[in-house]
Amino acid sequence: MIRKKEAKKIVFQSEKEMPMMPMSLGSMLYNKTGAWRNIRPVVDLENCIQCGICWKFCPDMSIFIENEFPYVNYDYCKGCGICAEECPVKCIAMVEEEK
Amino acid sequence: MKKVIMGNHALSYGAMLARSQVIAAYPITPQTQVVELLSEMCADKTLDAKFIKVESEHSAMAACIGASVAGARTFTATSSQGLALMHEMLHWASGGRLPVVMGDINRSMGPGWSIWTDQNDSLSQRDTGWMQYYCASNQEVLDTVIQAFKVSERLAIPSMVILDAFALSHTYEVVDIPDQAKVDEYLPPFRPQVRLTPDDPHAFGGLTSPEHYFELRYKLQKDMEKAPGLIEETGREFETMFGRYLGLVDDYLCDDADIILVTSGTAGYTARVAVDDMRKSGIKAGNLRIKVFRPFPFEHVRRIVKNAKKVAVVDRNISYGHHGMFFQEVKSALYGHDDSLPVFGFIAGLGGRDITPSTFREIADIALSKDRPEEEIIWIGVKR
Amino acid sequence: MKKPRTMKLSLPDEELVGSGNLACQGCGATLAMRYVLKALGQRTVLCIPACCWSVIDGPFPHSCLDVPVYHCAFETAASTASGVKAGLEMVGDTETTVVAWAGDGGTFDIGIQALSGAAERNDDIIYVCYDNEAYMNTGIQRSSATPFGAWTTTTPVKHFKNRPKKDIDAIMAAHRIPYIATASIAYAEDVYKKAKKAKDIQGTRFLHIYAPCPTGWKSRPEDSIRLARMVVQNSIFPLYEIENGEKYTLSIKVKDKKPIHDYLKLQGRFRHLTEDQIKFMQEEVDKNWARLLRKVESSD
Repeated sequence: MIRKKEAKKIVFQSEKEMPMMPMSLGSMLYNKTGAWRNIRPVVDLENCIQCGICWKFCPDMSIFIENEFPYVNYDYCKGCGICAEECPVKCIAMVEEEK
Repeated sequence: MKKVIMGNHALSYGAMLARSQVIAAYPITPQTQVVELLSEMCADKTLDAKFIKVESEHSAMAACIGASVAGARTFTATSSQGLALMHEMLHWASGGRLPVVMGDINRSMGPGWSIWTDQNDSLSQRDTGWMQYYCASNQEVLDTVIQAFKVSERLAIPSMVILDAFALSHTYEVVDIPDQAKVDEYLPPFRPQVRLTPDDPHAFGGLTSPEHYFELRYKLQKDMEKAPGLIEETGREFETMFGRYLGLVDDYLCDDADIILVTSGTAGYTARVAVDDMRKSGIKAGNLRIKVFRPFPFEHVRRIVKNAKKVAVVDRNISYGHHGMFFQEVKSALYGHDDSLPVFGFIAGLGGRDITPSTFREIADIALSKDRPEEEIIWIGVKR
Repeated sequence: MKKPRTMKLSLPDEELVGSGNLACQGCGATLAMRYVLKALGQRTVLCIPACCWSVIDGPFPHSCLDVPVYHCAFETAASTASGVKAGLEMVGDTETTVVAWAGDGGTFDIGIQALSGAAERNDDIIYVCYDNEAYMNTGIQRSSATPFGAWTTTTPVKHFKNRPKKDIDAIMAAHRIPYIATASIAYAEDVYKKAKKAKDIQGTRFLHIYAPCPTGWKSRPEDSIRLARMVVQNSIFPLYEIENGEKYTLSIKVKDKKPIHDYLKLQGRFRHLTEDQIKFMQEEVDKNWARLLRKVESSD
């Protein structure tokens, strides 16, 4: 299985570099959707019960698990707030982004 | 092996000998025998293929596209309204660079309902990025299907193999059905460079911005421009193996002709009867049958008509508000090269009205009696 | 920080949908894809017609998905998938799961003919409809999946949609295909389980997944899961399976059926409705629920 995990935008200098039909050659990771965000989720790990619900309901695959706790990937988190809304112990706060 | 078969079955045998792997088709008169025979071949394993009996022509072409992008050699056949229903998907096949081969039985577009021949169905699809071959005999139909797969797969551009309703589709002729082993040697298995597979996942046909779309279309045209050379090359290869040349055009007594009748489809062979008659009465006539309409054989047309005094293009089709479509193309081929050559445009045989040798005689008489065309188009045989 | 204990995730952690995609904030359709692909795995091919997902995936030459995708014409999700399945088999690949992945417009409306054709032939594909109840990608126009009472850009509040949502699941059941299931993104494990079950069945399988759209519903992005849960608990969108077109099984047995009122109030698309209109809608929901229960009971 080929993994397309490089976060680089593909740019063609000439038609000769392009495939003959429109086909993907890389992932969308170059597109840092974190820039869309107005509010950011902040996890209070002291009160986290490690249930994994925030991870499960994240539509942007932006919550990752490290050392058995959830962390937010701010490069891609669009700030929808589902994690905070669904957290059963309300340990995720949505905080205004400073622009 | 020689067999007496109908034109529709020539398509089926061509698809069989090419070892089509997926066929998706929907019935329409006068195409039905093509798919009936293919479904029998699939059922008795004469042909190892999957036949998807879809619920419309639109789905037929969509399924062909799916099968082709998965890496299978894919064939379908349709006619008239069915081809029109496919229109959207024709773009999808060529833009996706999928070498689907399709038989089209030239049938007039309704209303009124007509099952008889003219070319407005296929010529309405001329700008979809498909190659178009207009055939004049059952042998040519069978041979062209095999050649079309070879050319299409080499260029990643789909092909339409076209024959007249009834005049060819339901006419029985002696056809040499080549040996499978020799066809296999001529046409190797379809092995696309990229295809839809989890082993090498790509997303095909996604959102394409103005930054890229233009170049993709440029590439399609550049590859289409390679087709005339490739058709001749594969046609000569075919001749070496099977003894029959398959080219872009087929000219008859044109070298010294004063008047050249330009035709397509079965009308070409009818024209030759008229040419022979005229030659007997001292008129130096010739016939140029244009076989490949897309890509258009500009150079061949220019070379063949260059010594003629008159050219009469006979169209079994019309672009309303303009001219017959072969007439348009012949004029555009000559423009800037030989603007002094008078080219006459005739419309004949729409909706299956017979085109006979006397039709051509009438056409030749009109063209010979005038220095230059006095009307944009000349209708032959309208009851006025 | 507390001492770490082992976290138990309710779904496999393999992600086949990548970040950086073009979905709106709080998109239900993205979660639907995420859960289904977790169940089907990487050896899956997707045929995606015009729909939100043809944009979410990303522009050429990029894709957020780690499975092969064919972006097909609007009305051809099912017919393209049928062709892909036949083509893969002819080149020796009998293992890959072929999925048609379409929105409600591409399923209920323009794609229904091809879908019906594939289902009647019982072609070996999984058809997934993620349902956000309107043409969201083109800018929130009404579809035949839009519910009664909803505002869309083609059903303005003065002339809101006055016909019920088309019962696509009953239509699919009439095709006697082996497996049909409704699902909602709030019940992620249920979506996963149903997709897994579908994967192991031969023939045409139909998954109908409820996928809220904050942009089109004028709801808050953070409410997407809540709405997807409420719609099940008030029985507007009950979760059930239909096997062979006749055996109905409820997946979530709603004990305390909630009124629809609170669900409607969270969405701007229903803001204009009067109490009388809501009462009428409640009666319709109750009737549909009773009808479903009768089918479930007669299946026992």
